[in-house]
Amino acid sequence: MSKRPASSETSDLSTTSKRPKPPSNITMSLERIPLEHIPPNYRVYGALFRDVSNAPFLQTQLISRNPEFEYAFIDASTIVSRAHLLAAVWNAVYSSVEGNLRTPNVHSEVVASLNINNNIADGYRRWGITSDKTKDLVVVKILSSPEPLPQAEQENEAEEVLSHLTSQIEGRLVRLTDQEIAEVTDWQKVRKYYKLNGVPVLDQTKDEAVKKKKMESMAIMGMALRGL
Amino acid sequence: MTEPATEFPPPKILTLSPAHKPILITQGAEGRLYKTPSPFQPDQFCALKYRPPKPYRHPILDARLTKARISSEAKVLDRCYREGVPVPAVLAKDAAAGWMMIEWIEGEPVRVGINKWLGERPEDDAVVDHSQEDETPLIDLMKRIGVAVGALHRTGVVHGDLTTSNMMLRPWADDRLPNGHGDKAEKAKAVAGDVVVIDFGLAMQSQSDEDRAVDLYVLERAFASTHPRAERLFHHILDSYRGAFKKAPGVLHKLEDVRMRGRKRSMLG
Repeated sequence: MSKRPASSETSDLSTTSKRPKPPSNITMSLERIPLEHIPPNYRVYGALFRDVSNAPFLQTQLISRNPEFEYAFIDASTIVSRAHLLAAVWNAVYSSVEGNLRTPNVHSEVVASLNINNNIADGYRRWGITSDKTKDLVVVKILSSPEPLPQAEQENEAEEVLSHLTSQIEGRLVRLTDQEIAEVTDWQKVRKYYKLNGVPVLDQTKDEAVKKKKMESMAIMGMALRGL
Repeated sequence: MTEPATEFPPPKILTLSPAHKPILITQGAEGRLYKTPSPFQPDQFCALKYRPPKPYRHPILDARLTKARISSEAKVLDRCYREGVPVPAVLAKDAAAGWMMIEWIEGEPVRVGINKWLGERPEDDAVVDHSQEDETPLIDLMKRIGVAVGALHRTGVVHGDLTTSNMMLRPWADDRLPNGHGDKAEKAKAVAGDVVVIDFGLAMQSQSDEDRAVDLYVLERAFASTHPRAERLFHHILDSYRGAFKKAPGVLHKLEDVRMRGRKRSMLG
């Protein structure tokens, strides 16, 4: 428990309702995220970093196009759930497979895919990492090769990505689960970005869990319909 | 490849990953519906609606029509979903490639549920005495259909092909299901569930009483031919439609006209 980083500094935030977490001294492996309808020579890895303290450094690497930082860095407060995130990842990978990227690469495409309109800069600003605001960071790494990788090589690859991430990101690595994401979602932002304020179906829904599920569906739908 | 060749080649999107074989659910005049794993929700299925290219149409025109139709259907679904009309949510789409993936709705079409309720009774219905039978579960379903259609029309959308095949009965959780055992409970279960309207391939945005009345007329005729033995209960749909939709009186008035002349307006004069 004593290992929770920066607990003294963040004690004024509403952290009291949160479950204390066991110290993550066990080496975590990087999750390979399963997606359907994507060629097997694509691999998608994802993780969530909590309480990130060097967001300005990370954003600078993206802006300077440091080739070692080919990641999608997403401000986790704008993410509703795992399915919401993966919808954007899927759309980006599909665009890459089809040769229809609208942004420089598949990683920037993930961030832009979270937007419900075609304004790419707007997408980066809202969903991407921002130096002064991003506290919790979703990281997605997408790799492809001419042929599917054998299991052993794929494990090495995941290992390498993870060690680079943990050496560069100052934060606490956690699994990319709905529970972890739910702890950092900023619903006010989500409602604004996905135009969910005053939507009749939400007013008609009383159950909070059902309501969140509907917001997730409408966010995914907004992304699928982008620009229509 | 040991499997027999499928009758239709699946769309490219379903060939990207060899892991699963898509299941062709229906083949309509305009498109096909596949059941396939959801792209990003593990352990869930989705419905993939695909409009294949039409070889008899000029390629440029064909591409444009396909794209516009997929987009239009997706837009209608989005609008309905936000307004609280029970419809499947859109998961992903590539209008240029002619497909969209939508939420898989569990359950059976309303058509199947009603026919299960009615059972196999070949004898002439006119001689059957219904007065002894408790028809409440079936009437409740009719009311739910009316509410769903009312919500749809309130949204400013007309469906264009309302039939009991284009509505699903999404199963209720166990605690909402009619309890008890035996034939009576089984019959009631056949018509239990939320009504979810599907297949908006012919839908359009319209606020006109005429278009709405035609929607109801198509449903009425479909009902009469699919479930002739339940036709005498059709008025329950219209009654609950009236309760669910403020502008229903004008639509029902128009429905009288449409019944007199049929679905199509006279093109004379």
